[in-house]
Amino acid sequence: MLELRDATKTFLPGTANEVRALRGVSLRIEAGEFVVVIGTNGSGKSTLLNAVAGMFVLDEGRVELAGHDVTRWAEHRRAKLIGRVFQNPFHGTAPSLTILENLALALRRGQTRGLGWAVSRRLHDELRERVRQMSLNLEDRLDTPIGSLSGGQRQSLTLLMASLVKPQLLLLDEHTAALDPKSADQVIRLTEQIVRRDRLTTLMVTHSMHQAANLGDRLVMMSNGQVVCDIAGSEKLSLRPEDLLARFEDIRRAELLDETAADMLLKSYV
Amino acid sequence: MILLIGSLTIGLILSLLAFGVLVTFRVLAFRDLTVDGSVALGGAVTAALLVHQVHPVVATLAAFAAGALAGTVTGLLHTRCQINGLLAGILVMTALYSVNLHILTKSNVPLDSEAMTTLISYAGSATGTMDLFGWQVPTRELIVLSASAVFIALLGLGLHAFFQTQWGLALRATGDNAQMIRALGVDVGWMQTGGLALSNGLIALGGGLLVQYQGFADVQMGIGMVVWGLASMIIGDSLVGTKQLGWLITGAVMGSLLFRLLVAIALRWGLNPNDLKLVTAAFVFVALVLPEVLKHLPKRRRAASEKGAI
Repeated sequence: MLELRDATKTFLPGTANEVRALRGVSLRIEAGEFVVVIGTNGSGKSTLLNAVAGMFVLDEGRVELAGHDVTRWAEHRRAKLIGRVFQNPFHGTAPSLTILENLALALRRGQTRGLGWAVSRRLHDELRERVRQMSLNLEDRLDTPIGSLSGGQRQSLTLLMASLVKPQLLLLDEHTAALDPKSADQVIRLTEQIVRRDRLTTLMVTHSMHQAANLGDRLVMMSNGQVVCDIAGSEKLSLRPEDLLARFEDIRRAELLDETAADMLLKSYV
Repeated sequence: MILLIGSLTIGLILSLLAFGVLVTFRVLAFRDLTVDGSVALGGAVTAALLVHQVHPVVATLAAFAAGALAGTVTGLLHTRCQINGLLAGILVMTALYSVNLHILTKSNVPLDSEAMTTLISYAGSATGTMDLFGWQVPTRELIVLSASAVFIALLGLGLHAFFQTQWGLALRATGDNAQMIRALGVDVGWMQTGGLALSNGLIALGGGLLVQYQGFADVQMGIGMVVWGLASMIIGDSLVGTKQLGWLITGAVMGSLLFRLLVAIALRWGLNPNDLKLVTAAFVFVALVLPEVLKHLPKRRRAASEKGAI
């Protein structure tokens, strides 16, 4: 379904602020898999997601999605295959448009937009039903501008918008990180519900050990722009947050060792 | 009374300017400075075609097409060549000055409605005056005013309808949240370019109508028009006091009318015409700053009264 091969990206190359965000990442995700990506700040997990979404061109490597080589596709073209929810709840919706108008926009993701009415009577009823199923109590407020809703409500609607037209791949970029605990819980419940119901192939980045241990059927751990750990199957099912912390500690120690070793070599030979 | 009718007619024609500014500045959140050039471009194209005895409807529509082309160039400079939006507009506006001179062949071209057919000529057969609430008003002026009103009303409705279509909605979302609409599969660059074409097309159409009404085209006629359009839009905003698009469009027409009337009154009271642009700019400045000042004012007053209570 999704295949990354040797994905490499360096930001600001040749400057003091050079960041080697991805160092040859290869990852293959099968149709229907729910993959959770976890890693420390700067480990490249969000960069990985953005590389799939097409927010920049890779320095090296390939991205294949649903049988297409999308490596050179622009972001808006990949949107035909991808549904996305962002970390910032304000990024996924247009604040001055109404709930209904936002949903109507999402309903034509990846299709041509002509001079037909954006919101017809039939569409109104259909979308109202979809909102009602989310049990957010928003089905009677479809004509309110979305900017007047809370972050949690907006994120829930973004989730609905991303899955309104069934995407080949759903990308979730720390989509609960900016929410209060209660809203975060609700959004996670909705995520599980939608992913399971539509059997969506999902790639989710998270900060939360709890989410990483409890969600999805495969876990990918990133560090220093590389995949350092890939857990699936029964091992993933029995994984607890404490196990994850222990693994993180191992990785951190290994990296520290690397650095001290490099320092030592530098001192003695250069 | 003739002065009033004249002001209203020009106010109506220049609502097109306010429509255009509404599309770029408000809907797309793009500060487009092509405006000054495209008003004059529309006027020049219409005038040149009328001089060559082209049918006035064709000459007027050609103004729209020329303006749309100018807007497209600004859009391409910004989206394909990554030039800052303000600068892209200024470049095109500056280039248009020469283009307009070429089109007009000289800096001022009179349009005599006796010698050629303009849209005004269609009202020309009506001579004499009519009684309007006790005033004697030339019938011809009234016909032009009513025709302008009908035209602007239809165009405003059309614009509102456009913003309810799939394309129009995507255009609004582009100005509201570009990241979101890109993730929904819309090429933001083309949307901006399309919006700029629409906006400058409307503005040039206004220029094309204006030259026919005032009976001449001048290469300088565009100077300061972007501020003029902004002033109309800002007045309109405060008149309707809502962010709903239908009201904003209505407000743009009302703002344009009111602004034109205020100018006419100020000139009547002895404002030096040379100071007109200075006053307009000052007005837009005040209109932009005043809401911020007013926001802070009650707080200070409340703080003062609380202090007084203690």
